[in-house]
Amino acid sequence: MTTVLDPTSESRPEQRGLVPRPESLDGLTIGLLDISKPRGDVFLDRVEEKLAGLGASVTRYMKPTFTKPAPVDLRHEIATSCDAVIEALAD
Amino acid sequence: MHTMVEITTAKPPLPDGLVAIVKEDCPTCVLVAPVLADLADRASMTTITQDNAAFPQVADWVVHDHDLTYSWFHDIDTVPTLLRVVDGEPTERLEGWKRDDWEAFTGVNGLGVDLPDWRPGCGSLSVDPNRTDELAVRFSGSTMSSRRVEIAALEDEWEALYDRDWSDGLPVVPPIEARVLRMLEGTTRAPDEVVAVVPPDLADVTIEKIAINAVMAGCKPDYLPVVIAAVEAICTDDFNMHGVLATTMDVGPIIIVNGPITREIGMNSGGNVLGQGNRANATIGRAVQLVVRNVGGGRPGGVDRSAHGSPHKIGLAFAEDEVGSPWTSLAESRGFDEDQSTVTVWCGGGPQVFVDQLSRTPESLTKHFANSLKTNLAPKMAMMETLLVIGPEHMSRYREAGWDRARFLAELDSNLQLDTDDLIRGADGIDEGLPEAFAGNTIGKFWPGGIHVVHAGGATGLFSMAFSGWVPPPKGSVCTTKEITR
Repeated sequence: MTTVLDPTSESRPEQRGLVPRPESLDGLTIGLLDISKPRGDVFLDRVEEKLAGLGASVTRYMKPTFTKPAPVDLRHEIATSCDAVIEALAD
Repeated sequence: MHTMVEITTAKPPLPDGLVAIVKEDCPTCVLVAPVLADLADRASMTTITQDNAAFPQVADWVVHDHDLTYSWFHDIDTVPTLLRVVDGEPTERLEGWKRDDWEAFTGVNGLGVDLPDWRPGCGSLSVDPNRTDELAVRFSGSTMSSRRVEIAALEDEWEALYDRDWSDGLPVVPPIEARVLRMLEGTTRAPDEVVAVVPPDLADVTIEKIAINAVMAGCKPDYLPVVIAAVEAICTDDFNMHGVLATTMDVGPIIIVNGPITREIGMNSGGNVLGQGNRANATIGRAVQLVVRNVGGGRPGGVDRSAHGSPHKIGLAFAEDEVGSPWTSLAESRGFDEDQSTVTVWCGGGPQVFVDQLSRTPESLTKHFANSLKTNLAPKMAMMETLLVIGPEHMSRYREAGWDRARFLAELDSNLQLDTDDLIRGADGIDEGLPEAFAGNTIGKFWPGGIHVVHAGGATGLFSMAFSGWVPPPKGSVCTTKEITR
């Protein structure tokens, strides 16, 4: 029998469940996160229009750069002020 | 082979008084066997035998060092060794056979009168190269804290490592304890030292974890300090390994090594410098990528979202040819001294060859180089970043004309100022391009400081290489240099 040393971090990534899917968007606050890619705003403008038609209020956010994960403060702000978030990738 | 014996992992006290350490597989020990018996009789000496328990004879003054704990923990290099022991610890030692010295050491005269006056000793079994790894694991393995994973006897150990998803696709060397301990000899840093936090899982990586992955990649222990420095460099916020991994572009870390260590460990800076065939070049970059994969959890299809990837994502490290260069090295241009060993990590995509076999002046060569670089990434992209690997024959044009690095960069950049009317969206019937607002101006193909230059390649061939970059600093990845320490 051969014994080898584990090359990994020996920690499984923490599993975090999604919050339950809302029955309706009526009266909810939806965050729209622009990741700073070209024309992401075009896509999100259209999404905002559609959401407003469903009775949701929309708050817009933007990452400083698409190359890095969103700053922790921004994530916290979205988590505390929105019921759901939509993140857009666009080119 | 040691079977069914109790393994001791603590330093055992030696019997007090005189002690001799011997093995039967040593002609000098065999020669002095009668002296050992004589000293047992006349000076109550204990003899510790390494190999045959019945050598020099079965007696109450003979102790078998069956697992070599006495020899290992008391640093026996040679047999025979005479020790004077007080409270279990040697206070004096004498190696080999020399009658006068033995008589003085033991205070007993007339030893081995029929024997030659002097014979050198032999190597102790505890320093036998075929055994030291096994002994190191037995006695020092407990210093490593990684989880032990057992591979069943019927399992193919190479396949087992694939099954655990620890491979980049090529076979990995099984990281058994002996190999990892040997790898750790390559650095003076403690195995439990946390070196960096590896994206994307943001997992702490210790020297020991880097050593395990370096074993798997095929590194020699001498390469370990380079791997450690490169891991430190890519795990900085500046280098942004998370983004380098997550991007849909083809990029990966490119590791350029400068300084004396490149010669000491035999890195290639010459022919086929970016290709296969040199162990250090091939395994250092691979070890770094295995750390990202195994410790950081960065895998293709997971956080690694590259659309095409690139052959060099298996790992790319190479040395700059500093000795043959008329210019300051990359590391020197980044503020380090020529006697410092460094790694520079830069995020780049695939390289493109630049062919110019007719230019005889630096002006012609530089202009042609600039023309070629205008297509780097795409002809309409500006303010980008590149890494140039200038071949020795191209470099000779600059050497002969007395151009230095600064002159070259200035001339190159002046040939890379682009008319934005050609670059805006729609220009030349191409939708891609800069926003209209940029029209009527000039713009640099590369941002100021965005051209990195090294000298490397084979002595023959009028070629250079140019890598394309990624999102330039500060938004994307910042070229980062770290000093290599042992």
